[in-house]
Amino acid sequence: MSRVLDTVAPRRRGRVPAALLIPAGLGLLFLVLPLAGLVLRAPWTTLPQRLTAPGALTALRLSVQTATLATVFCLLLGVPLAWLLARVEFPGRRLVRALVTVPLVLPPVVGGVALLLVFGRRGLLGGWLDATFGVTLPFTTAGVVLAESFVAMPFLVIAVEGALRAADHRYEEAAATLGAGRWTTFTHVTLPLVAPGLAAGAVLCWARALGEFGATITFAGNYPGRTQTMPLAVYLALETDLESAIVLSLVLLVVSVGILVALRDRWMTSA
Amino acid sequence: MGQAYGIRRRGGHHGAGDGRLRRADDPASEGAAADGRVAGTVTVFAAASLTESFTRIGRDFEAANPGTRVTLNLAGSSALANQINQGAPADVFASAAPKNMATVTEAGNADGTPSVFARNQLVIAVPHGNPDGVTALADLTRPGVKVALCAEQVPCGAAARTTLGAAGVALTPVTLEQDVKGALAKVRLGEVDAALVYRTDARAASADVTGVEFAESARAVNDYPIVALTDAPNPAGARAFVAYVHSAPAQAVLAEAGFQAP
Repeated sequence: MSRVLDTVAPRRRGRVPAALLIPAGLGLLFLVLPLAGLVLRAPWTTLPQRLTAPGALTALRLSVQTATLATVFCLLLGVPLAWLLARVEFPGRRLVRALVTVPLVLPPVVGGVALLLVFGRRGLLGGWLDATFGVTLPFTTAGVVLAESFVAMPFLVIAVEGALRAADHRYEEAAATLGAGRWTTFTHVTLPLVAPGLAAGAVLCWARALGEFGATITFAGNYPGRTQTMPLAVYLALETDLESAIVLSLVLLVVSVGILVALRDRWMTSA
Repeated sequence: MGQAYGIRRRGGHHGAGDGRLRRADDPASEGAAADGRVAGTVTVFAAASLTESFTRIGRDFEAANPGTRVTLNLAGSSALANQINQGAPADVFASAAPKNMATVTEAGNADGTPSVFARNQLVIAVPHGNPDGVTALADLTRPGVKVALCAEQVPCGAAARTTLGAAGVALTPVTLEQDVKGALAKVRLGEVDAALVYRTDARAASADVTGVEFAESARAVNDYPIVALTDAPNPAGARAFVAYVHSAPAQAVLAEAGFQAP
């Protein structure tokens, strides 16, 4: 189990001090009450019609597809990046690690503008892509994947790097003494060793991508079926129809909780 | 964007600035000083498209009524209407659309009948120099011309839909933005070639875009109603501010921003 999601088994020594128990309980209420509010205010009688409205299903499908693609994209680039940060000494490593976490603190809308400045039609790379290959990313589904990846990748990198640092080096060294190259060691020893941390990072990354709003609407715009993901649909529904917005939010909640629970049973129980 | 959610430029009702007035004369907390003059803080909830003009009008109102302070909460009209109906302590509501005003009046939160104080209509925002030579709505349907519209759920999108329908122009935008500033930003960044935005927004962005007027925009003129609110903490201030917005100096500010008189 990775450090990130690890929980220490409770020690049954003495009573839990009230000074910790009370704020802990308040903290839990603070996180759970708004969700309860959504459930309580949900228009249960009209729920089926609102759920099966074509717009809602289209947005949900697009959200799941793009969040999954973004996670794959993040795995392909993020795992090697995490490995580099954890296993290779190079000058400026601390700076690189800090840079990797910048999207975590950047307001996503700013992230979207930054993406436009690079991948937009007039952007540094986007202009070249357009002129050379006729490819433009803004306002496309690929643009949504890119925006979600930008915001979600740090979650994956941090989780995997933590797992790599916690993993026992000696297995890799043993593999090396037995004649395995660095690539073989990576694929046959390192990856299986950090699999639970990798899964945790991928789930965090997926969940973040699923809820992404600011970078997506800024970089990819909003068009039903192409770039309108669930969070965008929720935001626009809020303008006119609070109840539809609540239903869409509930769907997002159920999908993410469902996937987190499913994956937790499968990957993350053996701490 | 965040703008529609957040409360900006919001001063406290009981800020240090007006505490002195209240001690001097208790009714001042109700907004009327002993001699009948207006005093205290006037909290105005105004549509985002009024940002520039209401900032100036607020300052002018303070100058014309010494002892008053205007705090603005600027956001999308529907968000503001929701906040008011949920009990936000506001004195005045200025909406960008009669529909959002109706939400407030139907909930019984308006003191009197709303009055229209300005009108706005759409223009085609294009980059300076108008590289695609856009002069009419039909030009937006040419292949290769990328267009941003507002989503139908927000006033500028509803106006765009009415206008396009009246003109018989079938347009496929690349994006339906969540507010008019979002549509304008896409033109400013060069990601689209044109967007349908309000004349006032195009004028406020005149450093980056040009507003192309077109005949059919008269088919979807947007009325801006204003009203004092029932639960206004400062009812005298609320009424005075509403009256001031209809006065000649305030109307001049609105005209300069590109609004039409009602």
